[in-house]
Amino acid sequence: MPLIEFRNVNKWFGDFHVLKNINESVEKGEVLVICGPSGSGKSTLVRCINRLEDINQGEILINGRTITGKDQNLNELRAEIGIVFQQFNLYPHLSVLRNITLAPVKVKKISKEEAEKTALRLLDRVGIGNQAHKYPIELSGGQQQRVAIARALAMKPQIMLFDEPTSALDPEMINEVLSVMKDLAREGMTMLCVTHEMGFAREVADRIIFMDHGEILERGTPTHFFTSPEHERTKAFLREIL
Amino acid sequence: MHYSFNWALIFSDEYGRWFLEGLSITLQLSGLSIILALVLGTMLTTMRLSRIKPLVWFAVSYIEFFRNTPLVVQIFFWYFGSDPILPDFFKHWLYQQNIEFAIGVIALSTYTAAFIAEELRSGILSIPKTQLEASRATGLTFLQAMGYVILPQAFRIVVPPLISQFLNLIKNSSLAMTIGVMELTYMARQVEAHTFHGFEAFTVATLMYLSLSLLVSLGINQYNRRCLRVSR
Repeated sequence: MPLIEFRNVNKWFGDFHVLKNINESVEKGEVLVICGPSGSGKSTLVRCINRLEDINQGEILINGRTITGKDQNLNELRAEIGIVFQQFNLYPHLSVLRNITLAPVKVKKISKEEAEKTALRLLDRVGIGNQAHKYPIELSGGQQQRVAIARALAMKPQIMLFDEPTSALDPEMINEVLSVMKDLAREGMTMLCVTHEMGFAREVADRIIFMDHGEILERGTPTHFFTSPEHERTKAFLREIL
Repeated sequence: MHYSFNWALIFSDEYGRWFLEGLSITLQLSGLSIILALVLGTMLTTMRLSRIKPLVWFAVSYIEFFRNTPLVVQIFFWYFGSDPILPDFFKHWLYQQNIEFAIGVIALSTYTAAFIAEELRSGILSIPKTQLEASRATGLTFLQAMGYVILPQAFRIVVPPLISQFLNLIKNSSLAMTIGVMELTYMARQVEAHTFHGFEAFTVATLMYLSLSLLVSLGINQYNRRCLRVSR
């Protein structure tokens, strides 16, 4: 049984058909990279999994159970799924440590001491253990994004979603974030990454899907994707980006 | 007619004490009303932004109603007119209090809450939507996200307009004298009636209001500057 499954998913923003009949599944521990031109629906696809966006048709299942029903408890669902955004979205009025412990303490009711221990361990893991008491504004973009990853991991999620996590970063900071993501992939986290980092995709992805105009045009292993893509649109995209 | 100033009389034991008593009531009246107005204003804003139709509707009508009628009329309404519509247990509780003071607090806080709600709403709307999204995405409920993430940021943004609401409330508290609350203006009036030294009496009251307002705005600004230094 796949961990995540899309069944005939359709979504519209008004008249704009943003997801067209999506069928896809992700196994536990799999790293799926989603690429495509902007406006192709790849962010929307990822954001439907934790219901930041709602779909109009079809269903999405996690562990075989539908999560797109009306009676789905959103807070329970979201506590299981970490997401990292393009713009970090750290809380500017809270210290790095409090950014990370807020949800574990308030949602999972973990004690403050326990949550702080976990937070410090996670900060060490993403390489900024000494920044716990600073405020987000005092950190570089790359450091802020690593805090955002630690914040998501603190909930011990089953699935991590990355929505263009390096697109807002200066070039010299991209690698520090990617290396944290690579570690995570190696440790067996199930990851869906929307990204333009083709080097990362080639190295880490188990599978890559290519989207355009709300459709999945191409799917396959990195080798297939980079050496023998079938679709003309994919070839054009790869020529542009590589 | 010759007017001879007599400041010593105003600061004599008896009248000096009247002023201090009046000032103390003004402080209690304003302090309590500010706290209640903040709580009520925050609740109204949260309702207004909740997307739950009946709550939004309630908050909008409340705000429009209280902002657009004169405070004195509201005070008189609470004092002379509210009897038929208040529930019994509330009336019972009210009559055990110092009723003039209690009505003063109710009128000032319900009135000011409408303004505070609007200031807060503009503060909340200036916080990027992604903050709400990021906090909801970790599993926080709407109320938790508001309480821990959105409101603390919004409050800091709206400190300057909030200060002016606080100062308005302090000045408006003088209207409570119309229903016999023995606050500063009421006491100044008493001193004037006893001494016929209106110039001195109201000069003292004026200076007391002025220094109170300046202290409040200075204090809050100082506090806010300290907060801003660490987090933005």
